[in-house]
Amino acid sequence: MTTTEPVSNWTTDYDIFDAEFILDPYPKMAEIRDTCPIAHTERWGGSWMPTRYEDVVAIAHEHLTFTSQNIIVVPPPPQQAEGAYGGVAAPPITSDPPDHLWHRRLILPTFSPQSVAKYEQGTKDLCNSLIDKFIDSGRGDAAAGYAQLIPARVISAMLGVPVDMADEFTGWVRGVLEVGLTDPAVRMENRNNIIGFFMTQLADRKANPRENDLITELLASKHDGEPVSDNYVLGVCNLMLVAGVDTTWSAIGSSLWHLAQHPEHVEQLHANPGLWPSAIEELLRAYSPVTMARIVAHDTEFQGCPMSAGDRVLMSFPSANRDPEVFDRPNEVILDRENNRHVAFGAGIHRCAGSNLARLELRVALQTWLERIPKFRLEDPSSVTWAGGQVRGPRLCSVVF
Amino acid sequence: MRVQVNDSLCHGHQACAIAAPDIFGSDDYGNAVVLIDGDLPAEREGAARRAAGNCPERAVVIIES
Repeated sequence: MTTTEPVSNWTTDYDIFDAEFILDPYPKMAEIRDTCPIAHTERWGGSWMPTRYEDVVAIAHEHLTFTSQNIIVVPPPPQQAEGAYGGVAAPPITSDPPDHLWHRRLILPTFSPQSVAKYEQGTKDLCNSLIDKFIDSGRGDAAAGYAQLIPARVISAMLGVPVDMADEFTGWVRGVLEVGLTDPAVRMENRNNIIGFFMTQLADRKANPRENDLITELLASKHDGEPVSDNYVLGVCNLMLVAGVDTTWSAIGSSLWHLAQHPEHVEQLHANPGLWPSAIEELLRAYSPVTMARIVAHDTEFQGCPMSAGDRVLMSFPSANRDPEVFDRPNEVILDRENNRHVAFGAGIHRCAGSNLARLELRVALQTWLERIPKFRLEDPSSVTWAGGQVRGPRLCSVVF
Repeated sequence: MRVQVNDSLCHGHQACAIAAPDIFGSDDYGNAVVLIDGDLPAEREGAARRAAGNCPERAVVIIES
């Protein structure tokens, strides 16, 4: 069902694509959390949405019941399983045990804190070059002119693919994760663009292996003594692009949107740089961009809700992270928050594999911005636009300084 | 006070290392490792408690001596 009727009841008929929900989801999440903590809807193929921290984390941990056969909020178009790219998934995010373990272990070293540290200077240089383009004008778009341009370039460098294609990659990712979520034809077209592109990259690396090159290394990797399949490598590349772009850009954009309205927080960060580590975690908590889906493996009852095999469950990390049972004053950003068990990167075996890279990008993007632009404010709060659904963040966010 | 990481619970969030980078680090897979054997200096006990209070998997174990 793809109705766009207004929502009459958020606990029985929620719509994560509702324009008001995209603009400000937190009051609706609180309403659901307070009244019926696991909402249900028939919209968009039907789904359940737990909103309490405890429930969201329990579902993330019960990965045998709540599987990752599909992690997109709306069911995929039926033709996705067919055709040349039908066998390409996005491991390890779309993997379940037992394969999940090796799917994940092969890529985790690439994303360890030690490994991603080598991208810090390049990210800083990139951020500075983006700011150079608008700083003299006294205004800029913190989302479209900054946040949006960072992760696609960092991921391109990491994957060893042309950085000058970054904006094209961004268009494909938005085609899958933004427009494509509610438009199956757009989703298929952009998925095919991404996987088709990486097919040519794989062919190139097979013909011309490169030194210190992630795709070359992935192609040479083995599991149980056997080379991994091309579909595995394609899937990892697909995941790195799709999961590494919209999400991080949304976190950077939301954080700048927040800071533009909270000069006292900007002042705190200037006065006490030791606050940065907890401030980054707090911004991730308060503006968690990502909501992930799970597929119920077998009929089950969860917290009194009768769930059937094949049902979709949305793990609302943004709602979990504002649960007053877990977080004191959850709707306030407290840069030195003492206890912050946030799950912006999920929980359990599917904890975001790229979380260390995302944090590095978020920190460097914010620190570089504040160094160059120590004071700034929204040009017009009502002109800020947001994308929502699976990944929420500002898409236009004009600031003056 | 000593600290341990329960390896079966840790999923590599790195929340402990962010809260207390001198006490917790990362192995090659990004999972937490304890960098200080034995008792922590008294002035680091607060940081260790903060690390435990930030772990989404509740994998940091505090052992009071």
